Amino acid sequence: MSSLNYAAPTTVDEAVKLLAGASGLAKVLSGGTDLLVQLRAGRLKPDLIVDTKKIPGIIGIRKGSDGGFVIGAATPGAEVEANAELNAAWPGLVEALDLIGSTQVQGRCSLAGNLCNASPAADSVPALYAAGAIAVVVGSKGRREVPVEQIPTGPGRTSLAKDEFILEFKLPPRGPRSADAYLRFIPRTEMDIAVVGCGINVTLDEKGVCTAARVALGAVSPTVIMVPEAAQILVGHTLDADTLAKLDAAAQAAAKPITDKRGTVEYRKKIAGVLARRVAAIAFDRAQGKTNGKAH
Amino acid sequence: MNYVASDLKVVGTRPIRPDGVDKVTGRAVFAADTRAAGMLWGKIKRSPHAHARILSIDTSKAMALPGVKAVVTAADFPDIPSEEAFVGEGPMNFRDLALNVMARSKALYEGHAVAAVAATTQEIADRALELIDVQYEVLPFVIDVEAAMAPDAPVLHDDLFTAGVTPKPEKPSNIAKVVTFKKGDVEAGFKDAEVVVEGRYTTQPVHQAYIEPHACLASYQPDGQVTIHASSQGHFMVRAYTAKLLGMDMANIRVNPAEIGGGFGGKTLIYLEPVAVALSKKAGRPVKIQMTREEVFRGSGPTSGAWVEVKIGAKKDGTIVAAQQVLKFQAGAFPGSPIGPGCMCGFAMYDLPNVDVVGYDVVSNRPKVAAYRAPGAPITSFAVESAMDELARKLGMDPLALREKNAAKNGTKTHYGPVHQNIGFTAVLDAVKAHPHWKTPVKEGQGRGLAVGFWFNIGGESTATVHVNEDGSVTVATGSPDIGGSRASMGMMVAEVLGIDVARVKATVADTASIGFTHLTGGSRVTFATGMAATQAAEKVVDDLKKRAAATWEIPVEAVEWKDGKAYPAGSNAGAFEPLDLAALALKAARTGGPIVAEVSVNAQGAGAGFGAHICDVTVDKETGHVTIERYTAIQDVGRAIHPSYVEGQIQGGAAQGIGWALNEEYIYNTKGQMENPGFLDYRVPVASDVPMIEAVLVEVPNPRHPFGVRGVGEVPIVPPMAAIANAIKSATGVRMPNLPMSPPKVRAALDAAG
Repeated sequence: MSSLNYAAPTTVDEAVKLLAGASGLAKVLSGGTDLLVQLRAGRLKPDLIVDTKKIPGIIGIRKGSDGGFVIGAATPGAEVEANAELNAAWPGLVEALDLIGSTQVQGRCSLAGNLCNASPAADSVPALYAAGAIAVVVGSKGRREVPVEQIPTGPGRTSLAKDEFILEFKLPPRGPRSADAYLRFIPRTEMDIAVVGCGINVTLDEKGVCTAARVALGAVSPTVIMVPEAAQILVGHTLDADTLAKLDAAAQAAAKPITDKRGTVEYRKKIAGVLARRVAAIAFDRAQGKTNGKAH
Repeated sequence: MNYVASDLKVVGTRPIRPDGVDKVTGRAVFAADTRAAGMLWGKIKRSPHAHARILSIDTSKAMALPGVKAVVTAADFPDIPSEEAFVGEGPMNFRDLALNVMARSKALYEGHAVAAVAATTQEIADRALELIDVQYEVLPFVIDVEAAMAPDAPVLHDDLFTAGVTPKPEKPSNIAKVVTFKKGDVEAGFKDAEVVVEGRYTTQPVHQAYIEPHACLASYQPDGQVTIHASSQGHFMVRAYTAKLLGMDMANIRVNPAEIGGGFGGKTLIYLEPVAVALSKKAGRPVKIQMTREEVFRGSGPTSGAWVEVKIGAKKDGTIVAAQQVLKFQAGAFPGSPIGPGCMCGFAMYDLPNVDVVGYDVVSNRPKVAAYRAPGAPITSFAVESAMDELARKLGMDPLALREKNAAKNGTKTHYGPVHQNIGFTAVLDAVKAHPHWKTPVKEGQGRGLAVGFWFNIGGESTATVHVNEDGSVTVATGSPDIGGSRASMGMMVAEVLGIDVARVKATVADTASIGFTHLTGGSRVTFATGMAATQAAEKVVDDLKKRAAATWEIPVEAVEWKDGKAYPAGSNAGAFEPLDLAALALKAARTGGPIVAEVSVNAQGAGAGFGAHICDVTVDKETGHVTIERYTAIQDVGRAIHPSYVEGQIQGGAAQGIGWALNEEYIYNTKGQMENPGFLDYRVPVASDVPMIEAVLVEVPNPRHPFGVRGVGEVPIVPPMAAIANAIKSATGVRMPNLPMSPPKVRAALDAAG
């Protein structure tokens, strides 16, 4: 019969050593809301599971020296959602993470798990991309900082080495008139996987003209993608009808989805355009202080 | 006797449900919770192919695996002849069920059982399944109903010749049966019509989606006695099928009914029990089998998907003069779709002079269908009620007025034969008209739909025993598994008759060795038929108690009356005695004739038909195609609600399942005929936030054939939702959605196509 080893190291070094020394498949466990499901379904048969939650600092939210937020990799969704300051600065990222699973799942699910599971439909990932988050990665060769969009390389695949894992995420310092938003489309109202997801992060000037933008789309490509063409359309403009139409077209053009049980190519492209418009509208409103609420 | 509404003290109240605490605290014992000493785990190997000839099965490697105690294949079961089954719900054949439980020469759908193992752990059993080597010759397959009817379709059964056509066809086909119903002269009717609507509608197979997967624990003893713990809608049904499929005497099988986690018709047949018994016999130890959710989807029955054509002709004043329907129902791998009820229920709400209905029962390479809440009626009604909405629009007539104009009444002869008696359809339509939802103008941007539905309900065989315990408390035992609150309603009816507090009555479900035969829980029959048996048994107890009081007082029994749980002398002439209550009589039972017990078995006739009308308001997101149910009202004639909260719950549950059927539920097959979405993530039943508060409105037109006026209530509420929602979408967008599910991609595509 097969066996499975479990370890819960209390230091980064110990964790890295365990991963480096593993003989077969080794998996990093944060909240486990994907990993445990995959184990139960028999899709994964790891020899070693390294639970990172006992490593100091891997759960929690703090401010970095540059004034930007630092979010521990395994911080559960519920804790992120409960942080008022983070909500005010990054409402889009918070609402994206909050969409994952049920109340029970929110007690465990994490940004690192969502990113490293590398599903193109992951909800928090387009928001992380749009935010310009940096992943702090640790491994045998030390510590490196990687833009989050360089982590997933394909469905279920990442650029992390066998002995590497994410320790925390750094968000850039927040200037005035900046806001983000995330929407996904699902056939139900909750407990579902995104047919398309879209995260947008903008900075506006005093007149409401966009000076910086990042646009990311989920579930329309093998990984979540950045859509710089869509961001370019926003920069230099207010959200007038012409800009919205161009944004819609750019999102549709960038979307390269497949037809599967969750949606068709044709439908996903249309929805990518619809969501880009709706998310941009929420982000612009938030940046102008017009709304402070959630997109959902 | 029939009870008068104004006299009722218990019936119609809302006591706390007797099974509630156990269920919310997790203590209720479901079949999967049962254990036995030395128990083995059974697992089933299933075909990965939609259609394949089984060339060989080599079980030697699996048997050699340490911990494996038994392996069975079809060779371990008797090859029984074709025989119409006398159990279950809907048409069933013992041989078909045997072949469904374990494939013999062919696997007929992906998920079809081909072998099973019993091992000391689940892990070993899983490993053993991988070691069973099945050699297949993969055959062409067919999934969809129209494709299965095509002349060049792959044929599932070489011995299936269409029944119901003359002369008998020369060649086998996938069309198992043709059903026809005719009334009047439909051609002449259409000639008379001034307005005609025609439409073609399709529905998808949908699973009953009970929360509890199938499970059983079986123990075969060396003396040939078998004990089974099973989750089912009828433990007598489990006993009969298991006995037939294994060639055993029923007396040697005792089935204990476990608490059931939902059935909705899907547990009116069996999948696991004969396999568990066969494994137990071989291994000499008890065997438990429980399905995973994936197995439930791949291996157990949904209801039919269907293709339905409807044509209705009317006069300009709305009087319908002709109605026609062609229905093609998928039966899955074996004959037995609910095509009969499908043909009966579509037009049964209306008083129509000329009707012509033709139905086809069609096999294809998907799991054998099982009953699902008003089997067939939701499918046929989706088509008819959509067409009625189109007719109202074409006539420029209010959709409620069109239904009122043509509504079936007492004395209306249905196209399938029976004459409606004591029905409350008009009262339901009156309640629609009077309801604030109907009278409130539709909100800006929303659309409103109306649809009605019918289910005939059934009665049948039931047994109930009422025991008065030594302290005057009461036990009522029946043979009906409780899937909709029947323990509560049995206790309440008995308490009403005895004139005592319902808290002193406990209802239980007795096993097959402890109570007389009782047909399964289905067809909305239990509160009606088993309730009739329980009521009559309680009345026999009252007669007995009166005799005992009379003997105690030494007066004639006619001089004793029973009131509020006590025997009284009937008037001053009878003598002056202190009343004797149940506890006093129970205490002295030994001296007045022994145990106070009554058992009644009935074959209940006169189940009152049920009618419902649903009103639904929706918002359609025109960019995404997402439909939001904003407001939902379900009005139904329930005869008399014994426990109104359960009745409302039945109505809300039926409507919620209908909403899922309408909006998102479907089987997604890949190009190999394998199901792609065998789980609740991608087989989308509604979640709580998808469904608004459903207002259930109880209309009570008592059924005179039941002592309390009961008519079945559990099935009607799933009949109207699909058309009510489709009609609301039409009203919101101008677009008719004839194909289920009305999922976001399909709604968006329809909106795009309409410009």
